[in-house]
Amino acid sequence: MDLGFTEEEEMLRDAVAEVLDKGAPFDKVKEIEMTAEGYDPALWQQLAELEMLGIFFPEQYGGSDLPFIHVAIVMEELGKRAIHCPYMSTVVESGLLITEGGNDRQKEARLPRIAAGELFMSCAFYEEEGGYSKECIQMEAVKDGNDWVLNGSKLFVPDANIAEALIVAARTEEGITLFLTDTRASGVRLDKIPTVGMDNLCRVKFHNLKVSEVLGEVGRGWELVEKVAGKFAAAKCAEMVGGMKTALEMTVGYSKEREQYGRPIGGYQALQHYMANMLMAYDTSFNYLYKVIWKIDASRDYAVDAAALKAYVNQSYNYVAERSIQIHGGIGTTRECDIGLFYRRAKACEYAAGDTRHHLENVAAAMGL
Amino acid sequence: MDFSLTKEQIALKVEFEAFFREEMKNAPPDIGHVHESDAAFDFHRYMMKRLGEKGWIAISWPEEYGGSGRPLMDHYLFNTVRASFGAPGIDQFGAEMYGPTVLLAGSEEQKKRLLPPIARGEVVYCQGWSEPNSGSDLASLKTSAKRDGDHYVVNGQKIWNTGGNRADRIFMLARTNPEEPRGKGLSIFSADMRSEGIEVRPIEYMDGRGEVYNYNEVWFTNVRIPAEDRIGPENAGWKITRETMNFERSGIGGFIMVEQMLEKLVDYCKSARRNGKLLAEDPSVRLKLAEIYAELQAKRTIADRIAWLQDSAGSHKIPPHYASEGKVMGTELIQKVTYLATELLGRHGQVTKSEWTKIKGVAESFYMCVGANIYAGSNEIQRNITAWAGLGLPRFS
Repeated sequence: MDLGFTEEEEMLRDAVAEVLDKGAPFDKVKEIEMTAEGYDPALWQQLAELEMLGIFFPEQYGGSDLPFIHVAIVMEELGKRAIHCPYMSTVVESGLLITEGGNDRQKEARLPRIAAGELFMSCAFYEEEGGYSKECIQMEAVKDGNDWVLNGSKLFVPDANIAEALIVAARTEEGITLFLTDTRASGVRLDKIPTVGMDNLCRVKFHNLKVSEVLGEVGRGWELVEKVAGKFAAAKCAEMVGGMKTALEMTVGYSKEREQYGRPIGGYQALQHYMANMLMAYDTSFNYLYKVIWKIDASRDYAVDAAALKAYVNQSYNYVAERSIQIHGGIGTTRECDIGLFYRRAKACEYAAGDTRHHLENVAAAMGL
Repeated sequence: MDFSLTKEQIALKVEFEAFFREEMKNAPPDIGHVHESDAAFDFHRYMMKRLGEKGWIAISWPEEYGGSGRPLMDHYLFNTVRASFGAPGIDQFGAEMYGPTVLLAGSEEQKKRLLPPIARGEVVYCQGWSEPNSGSDLASLKTSAKRDGDHYVVNGQKIWNTGGNRADRIFMLARTNPEEPRGKGLSIFSADMRSEGIEVRPIEYMDGRGEVYNYNEVWFTNVRIPAEDRIGPENAGWKITRETMNFERSGIGGFIMVEQMLEKLVDYCKSARRNGKLLAEDPSVRLKLAEIYAELQAKRTIADRIAWLQDSAGSHKIPPHYASEGKVMGTELIQKVTYLATELLGRHGQVTKSEWTKIKGVAESFYMCVGANIYAGSNEIQRNITAWAGLGLPRFS
């Protein structure tokens, strides 16, 4: 057992932290989230230069071929700054699906461009019903010669507004299939959905869009998605654990400064017990996160743990963020105060990579219920 | 990050498991806690001797004091396996609290005299800390110890003492400086329970049967304790106690209790029908069980973290808030899974140990869990410690 980070991992964390400390202060984060693009191109280029965007990709495709713990560290650092950037959609989700399911040509065409910061991609899976299971995917792809034709809408597609290509899940006669589509084609229409996270979630409408490129095998797309779903969840949890840490630090710091009845409010037990609960939520989330990450890197079974982790971290981050506002008092509810960023991100993160009910149902099934 | 065990550690676990599997065949049927009955306590004594022979009571103590000189991680593995068998044989007061205190603060003579009998499983200790007016505010305790030649004369009353009716010795805190009303006036002693002037009066738990908790008042009237049985300098007892009260606080035993209760509850839900439908098919039941599973898996990682911190530091001393967190989370999760069990059992949830019992241990846990949030430092005090030590929040006087 060794529950510490290696020197190499610490160096990577420091390097990312340095770039983000300079490039993503809270004022900037709040400015960026109000823009149409919803991300900072300069920061993205810096992450590319740090070789963070192809971190787990094979070296032959421009990556660093590093274990998944490095992804978790990057996500954790992003989460600490409550910054939205297309790391999850492009590097983690699309990158994992292409790495795991793509053929050589598909990898060659996309992974090096992602690693260089030139290509944004995203996954368009979910629809009106709002769930995460296979059954929630109703959109059909109709065969047309060697091609397929897509009609319908996908909801909550992250970063579709900046993505050049999407991985779309649709039903074919053989089952669910993943298609690689071009967002700039004339049959695609994008609308940004206003959300509390202000984090580039879009509706993507397809009107008679002809597609020809399949990721993985026809009819077996969902198996590919399920194969990497645990890693999506774990990566998202790393972002959330980072967010929890900053929210807790800011709140503890504030409670030591803010005085009422002539004493710092952090000395009052009512608040101390909230903050003790918040620390427990953070410590356990952090430990469990890295236990799951260890399982991923050690090639152990991690699917059930990743589901349990996401359910737990969903609840923990929302708890920490909500109590953070409470302890900040009125100022915590304002745009001026940065703690609100975490309250909004916690809610947004809850839905990404599976919500609480979805994961708990998977856990229940694994328990034999 | 690496949560795995080495080959040697896995082999050791297998050895522990084989031992307990064999020895637990000798256990009285439906064994509960060690003070539940004379038969249970006799078996506890027997297991203490057996574990002493194996060198597993004091796995991590130096060999010169009767220990096995092994890493603290081995101790954690042992606790994990023992808890999973629900096996007695470790005197929580002697082996896990007083022994480490002597190891930390005792003189060479005291270590050589007091530790080997504990390591061999020959002596049962009990604890004299709480008093009727000193619960959470332990440092305010009033039991006095006045020096008289080469003895101390002790007068006062202790309460919430577990097992004093059967223990051989008591270790305790008493006030050696009446001018110092708080921690600076306290010293650590131990005494033979058969000493003249010690009287044990049982306190009846709400169940009226002693099946759950078995605790006592211990009265001291002019009890003469040899000065050589004071541990550490006079008036340094509180400082030492604060350092030693977190020994063996990985809390793994509590998490294993939750795991076992959850498994039994899941099995029950797979076969029990309510309104013509299996409980396991009810979505609200599924979500509640899965939620506890997720909480358990997340929270038990704190035990891993504590064990690893202690093992890599080569010392029991860890940031104290981790121990407090483990205590709070372990006890509150036992309570949560127990109350869920009583809920899902329907009207059977109120049945105590009898032919009508559907899930063993639920009724006992119903009684036990409400006390667990109080003993060994109430969960409110643990949250205070977490806030002060873990977050550096101010402590108002």
